[in-house]
Amino acid sequence: MRPLEVVVSGFGGQGVLSAGRLVAAAGLLEGREVSWLPSYGPEMRGGTANCHVIVSDEPIGSPVLNECDALIALNAPSLEKFESMVRPGGTILIDRTLVPEAPARSDVRLIAIEASAKASEMGNMTYAGVILLGALAQATGGFRRDSFEKALAEILPASKHALIPEEMEAFDLGRTLAGP
Amino acid sequence: MDRLPDRVLMKGNEAIAEAAIRAGCRHYFGYPITPQTEIAHYMAKRMKSVGGVFLQAESEVAAINMVYGAAGAGARVMTTSSSPGISLKQEGFSYIAGAELPCVVVNVARCGPGLGGILPAQGDYFQATKGGGHGDYRNAVLAPASVQELYQLTVEAFDLADRYRVLVLILADGTLGQMMEPVSHLEPKDATAAGKPWATVGTGGKRFHNTITSIYIDPERLEAHNLHLQAKYAKIARNEVRCESVGVEGAEVVVTAFGTTARIVRNVIRQAAEEGIKVGLIRPITLWPFPSEAVAAAAAHPSVKALLSVELNAGQMVEDVRLAVNGAKPVQFHGRMGGMLPTQREILERIRAIARPEGGT
Repeated sequence: MRPLEVVVSGFGGQGVLSAGRLVAAAGLLEGREVSWLPSYGPEMRGGTANCHVIVSDEPIGSPVLNECDALIALNAPSLEKFESMVRPGGTILIDRTLVPEAPARSDVRLIAIEASAKASEMGNMTYAGVILLGALAQATGGFRRDSFEKALAEILPASKHALIPEEMEAFDLGRTLAGP
Repeated sequence: MDRLPDRVLMKGNEAIAEAAIRAGCRHYFGYPITPQTEIAHYMAKRMKSVGGVFLQAESEVAAINMVYGAAGAGARVMTTSSSPGISLKQEGFSYIAGAELPCVVVNVARCGPGLGGILPAQGDYFQATKGGGHGDYRNAVLAPASVQELYQLTVEAFDLADRYRVLVLILADGTLGQMMEPVSHLEPKDATAAGKPWATVGTGGKRFHNTITSIYIDPERLEAHNLHLQAKYAKIARNEVRCESVGVEGAEVVVTAFGTTARIVRNVIRQAAEEGIKVGLIRPITLWPFPSEAVAAAAAHPSVKALLSVELNAGQMVEDVRLAVNGAKPVQFHGRMGGMLPTQREILERIRAIARPEGGT
C-alpha cells in the first residue's frame, strides 16, 4: 500500500494533535510503520498547532514532511501556510465553517466540509476533527474504519469510551460528506 | 503497568523515561526545560509505583550533584535536560568523571547559543564529545535516531555506565523527544545494578571505608589516576564503537549524519537512487567513541568521490569526519541552525553537485 503523509493544522485546543495521533494509532493497529511529529515550537506558543503524520509499509525515514498527500486545515492561517506542501493530485480538507477562503491550488482535490457546524449540531465541537478524519479515510484509503474505532478506544481515557459510538457517527458523516 | 503490549505508540521523551525504569533506574533528579519536560512528568508519575525516587531539584547544578551522590551509593541514576541546562551541569560531569561514577544523562538538545530557541539542533556535538567540563575526561555519547532506539540505547546506557564507571550521555534532539513512534519493549537482562564493591554504602564495621573523590593533591598519584582514566577510555574506544553503514559499497557520495538528520538523509538516498546516483550513509550511533574506522574505510572505496557531513550546526562532527578521512577524499559540509532543518531538496542538490559536477548526467 502507498504511504500516507498528512499534515493536520489548526488552533491549539481544536484537537489537531490528537487527530494526527489517531491516524498514527490506526495505522499502527494495521501493522504498519507510523510516525507522529507535533509542532512544539514558537508556532505552538502563538496559538496554532500542527502535526506531521506518516503511515507506511516501509521503515520511515524522515518524520519531517516537506511535502504531503493530504492537508487537514482547521483554520485559515493553516491553509495559507501549508497548502503549498500538498503534492499535485493530493487532497486538501478544510473545515468550511471556519475557513471561508478557498485554496489557491487548482491541481489538488478540495474537500470542504461544514465540520464545525455539523459538530455543533451533534453537541460536541471536538467532533469537527473526527468528521474531517472520516473524510480523510474516505478520500485517501489510508486507514480503515475499524482500526480508527480501535484507535479511539486506545487513546481516549476510559471515562470517555461511552462517546465512541458518537465519535464513529461523526467519522461516518465525514466519510459520506467526502463523496465517492 | 507491568508489561506494555508489543509495539506501543510512545513519545520519545516517554520512551527514555520508561526505558530507564526498566533498566533499574530508581533515582531521577531533574529540572524542567523544553523540549524534554515530559521525561520528568513521566518519572514523577511512575517512580512512586516502582519504589523509586523522583525529585525536582532546585536547579540543574543541584540535580547533577544529586546524581553524583546517588551514583556514589551504587544506585542506577539519571538526570535529563536540554542544552542550556546541560551547560550548567558541566562542572558535575567533570567531577563525576574524576570520581568514576556510573550514571546516565540525556540531552534532548535545542538550539543555541545562550537561551537560543526550543527547536531541534545538534550544536552540542562539541560539548558532548570533547568535554565541556575541565580536565582530561571522556563521556560515552550515544546518538539515537528513532523512538525505538531512544528506548534501547537508554537501557544499554545504564549497562555501559556500570561496566566502565563512566557517565553515558544520550544526545537526542527536540524532534526525537517530541515525536511518537512504535516502541517494542525489550526486557532488560540485568535490571538490578551489578555488584559495586567500590560504592559508599556503609561498612557495617566490617571493612575499611570506600572513598569516592576526584581530588588528588599528590601529583604522582594524580598522574597515575589520569593514566588509569585514559586506559579506561582507550578500552571504551576499542570495544564500544557503534555505527550504522548503509550502501557504502559502490557509492559515489557517502553522507555522514546522526540522529534526526540521518533520518532526513535516508529519504534523500532514495531520491538520489531514482536519479541513478548511489549514496551511502554512515550514521554514528556512538559519537564518542567516533566510528573513525568505518568512515576511513568508506573514504577508501574507489567509487567514493567525496563525503558530505550533514548536521544541525555550523560544522562540528565534520571535524571528526575529516580526521578520520585524513585527506584521502574531499569532505564537504551542509548544515542548518536555529531550529531550521535541511530540506531533502537542498541535501540532494549538494549530492548532485558532487556526483555530477558538470551538471550533466
